[in-house]
Amino acid sequence: MSRDKRLTFKKRLHIIKHQMRGKKMAPAFNAFHTFLFSPDETTHNGSHVRGADDLKRTMNTVIMSLIPILIFSMFNTGYQHFAAIDAAAGVSRELSLFGNFFTAENFWLGLILILPILIVSYGVGLLIEFIFAVIKGHEVEEGYLVTGMLVPLIVPVDTPLWMLAVAIVFGVVIGKEVFGGTGMNILNPALTIRAFLFFAYPTWMSGDKVWVHQAMERTGTADAISGETILGYLAQNNSVEGVYSISDMFFGFIPGSIGETSAFLCLLGGLFLVFSKIASWRIMVSAVIGSLVMGLIFNGVADAGIISESSNFYGLMSFDFWKHLIVGGLAFGIVFMATDPVTGSQTNRGKWIYGFLIGFLSVMIRVFNPAYPEGVFLAILLMNVFAPTIDHYVIRGNVRRRMKRMKQARIYAPTAAAEELEAETV
Amino acid sequence: MALLSKKDTNLILDPLADNNPITIQVLGICSALAITAELKASVVMAISVLFVLGVGNVVISLMRNMIPNKIRIIVQLIVVATLVIIVDQVLKAFAYELSKTLSVFVGLIITNCIIMGRFEAFALGNGPWKAFLDGIGNSLGYGVILIIVGFFRELLGSGTLFGFKVLGDPVAKTGLYASGYENNGFMIIPPAALIVVGIIIWFQRSKNRALIEEN
Repeated sequence: MSRDKRLTFKKRLHIIKHQMRGKKMAPAFNAFHTFLFSPDETTHNGSHVRGADDLKRTMNTVIMSLIPILIFSMFNTGYQHFAAIDAAAGVSRELSLFGNFFTAENFWLGLILILPILIVSYGVGLLIEFIFAVIKGHEVEEGYLVTGMLVPLIVPVDTPLWMLAVAIVFGVVIGKEVFGGTGMNILNPALTIRAFLFFAYPTWMSGDKVWVHQAMERTGTADAISGETILGYLAQNNSVEGVYSISDMFFGFIPGSIGETSAFLCLLGGLFLVFSKIASWRIMVSAVIGSLVMGLIFNGVADAGIISESSNFYGLMSFDFWKHLIVGGLAFGIVFMATDPVTGSQTNRGKWIYGFLIGFLSVMIRVFNPAYPEGVFLAILLMNVFAPTIDHYVIRGNVRRRMKRMKQARIYAPTAAAEELEAETV
Repeated sequence: MALLSKKDTNLILDPLADNNPITIQVLGICSALAITAELKASVVMAISVLFVLGVGNVVISLMRNMIPNKIRIIVQLIVVATLVIIVDQVLKAFAYELSKTLSVFVGLIITNCIIMGRFEAFALGNGPWKAFLDGIGNSLGYGVILIIVGFFRELLGSGTLFGFKVLGDPVAKTGLYASGYENNGFMIIPPAALIVVGIIIWFQRSKNRALIEEN
C-alpha cells in the first residue's frame, strides 16, 4: 500500500515536471526532482554506452568519503574544547579512545557547533546555484554538493556564520558562476571561499585563538584557554615534544580547522577515492613526494647549520620532513582539494607536475609565511591557475614528439620495407 | 538655444556609460586599483585627472597643427608632465596628508593611458572646444568608476565614508559592530578593486547587451 503511494508521488513529480517544461522556475523544480529520484528521461535514438558514474554519482562518492571525517571532526571539536579547559585548569588528561574521546558529550558539542555551519554552507550555496540556474535557464548542476561539504571542514570551528555566508556568496559567484558554472571554474570554489575568509577576516582565521571552541571569547578572562595548532607552536620555535605524540597527529586528536586534523581518515578517504577511480592517484602521490622533497631540503638546511636556532624559521625548518604530512591541512588538501578534476591538470604527465608543485609549495609557504604557518590552500589555488599552462605544454611536448617520430618513420619505413622485399626476392 | 549641441553633449555623456574609459576600454586600471581604498583619495584623483585631461586636451588641440608628427608623443608628455607637476604641488601645499596617501600615483597620472589615449585619439584631430568637452567627459567617466569603487571599498573595508564612521565604531563596538559585524580586510587590498571593477563591468554588460563582443 505504502509502496503504491510512493510510486504515485514519484509519478506525480514526473507529471509536474513535464508540465513545467519551459517555465522559468523549471530548473529549480527539476533539481529538487532529480535530488529525490533519478530522471525519467532516456535518450531514444542512436546507440550509446551508458556509464553509471554521472556527475551525481561522482559527487556522492566524494561525499561518502567525507562523512567519516565529518563525524570524527564532531568528536574532535568537543574533545579539543574540553581538553583545553582541563589544561587551563591544570588537570592533565590522558587520551583514551572510549574513555574521553568518543563520548556523547564531545559529539553533542561538536554537533551543535558544526551542524549550523553545514546548514549555512549548503543553504547559501545552493540558493545561489538555484538563482543562477533560473536566471540562465539551465539545469541546476550538482557542483555545489561537494563544495558545500568541504567548506565546513576547512574553517575554524568558531567562524561566525554570517562571515561564512558572505564568503560563500563570494566564492560561488566570483569563483564559479562568473566563469560559467560547474565545470568551467578556474579556481576550486571551496578554497576560494577559504582564501576569501582568510584575507577578509584574518583575526578569525589565523592566530592561536581560533582553533578551539571558545578560545577566542575567553581571551583575557580568568578562564582563558589555548587554541594553538602544532604549526603555530613550531612557528614560534616551541617544540611539540611531549604535548602531542605522533599518533595524535596521525589520527587527528589535535586542534585545527574542523575536518583537517585526521591524516588517517584523509588517507582512508583517499584510498576510497582512488579505488572508486574518482580521484587521481598521480596527483596524490606526486603531492606527497613534493612535500617530502621540500621537507627534506628544509631539514638539510637546518641540520647543516645554515640558519641559527634563534631564526624565526628554525622551528618549522627542523620539523621532521615526513611529519609535515600529518599536521595541518596538507593531507586533507592533497586528497580532497588538489584532486578536483575541474581545476587540476588533465594530462597524466601534467598531473605529476601539478601534484608535485602543490606539495612542494605547500611546505615552502608553510615555513616562510610569517603571518600564518600554513600554505596548503594558497599552494593549491596557485597551481589551479597554472594547471591549464602545464597541460598546454604537456600536450605541445607530446605533439612535438609524435611529429618527430612521424618524420623519422617517413624516412626509414620505406627503406626497411624495401630491404625486406629485397631479402625475400633473393 | 541649448548650451551644447547634441553632438557636444554626447562627447560628455558617452564616456560616462557606453564608452567608459575604465569599464569598456579598460584603460587607467592601475590607478583605479591602487588608490581606491579610500573615497577621499578617489575623489581627489578624479579631480586631478579632470584638471589634467581637460586642460591638456585643450593645449594639445591648440598646438595640433604645429606639432611635428614624429615627436608628438614627446610633446604630449611634456604637456601632461607640466600639468601633473602643478597638481602635485597644489596637493602638497593644500592637502599634504592626502598627497602622502596618493604618493607616487599623482606622478603616475603622466602614464595614465586615458590621458595619452585622448590626446592621440581626439585632441590631435579636433578643435579646442570639442577637445575640452571630450577631456571633461572622459575624466568624468574615469572619476565615476573610481568613486563607485572607492565607495564600496571604503564602506566595506573600513566602515567609513570620507573618514566618517558610518557603520559605528569598530573599537568601541557601537552601531553595526555591536551585532558582531566586522570590517572586510579583503576590500582594503588592491585585488578587491579588480573584483569590484569586474562586477561593475559585469553589471553594465548585462544591462546593455550591445556591449558584449562577438567571439
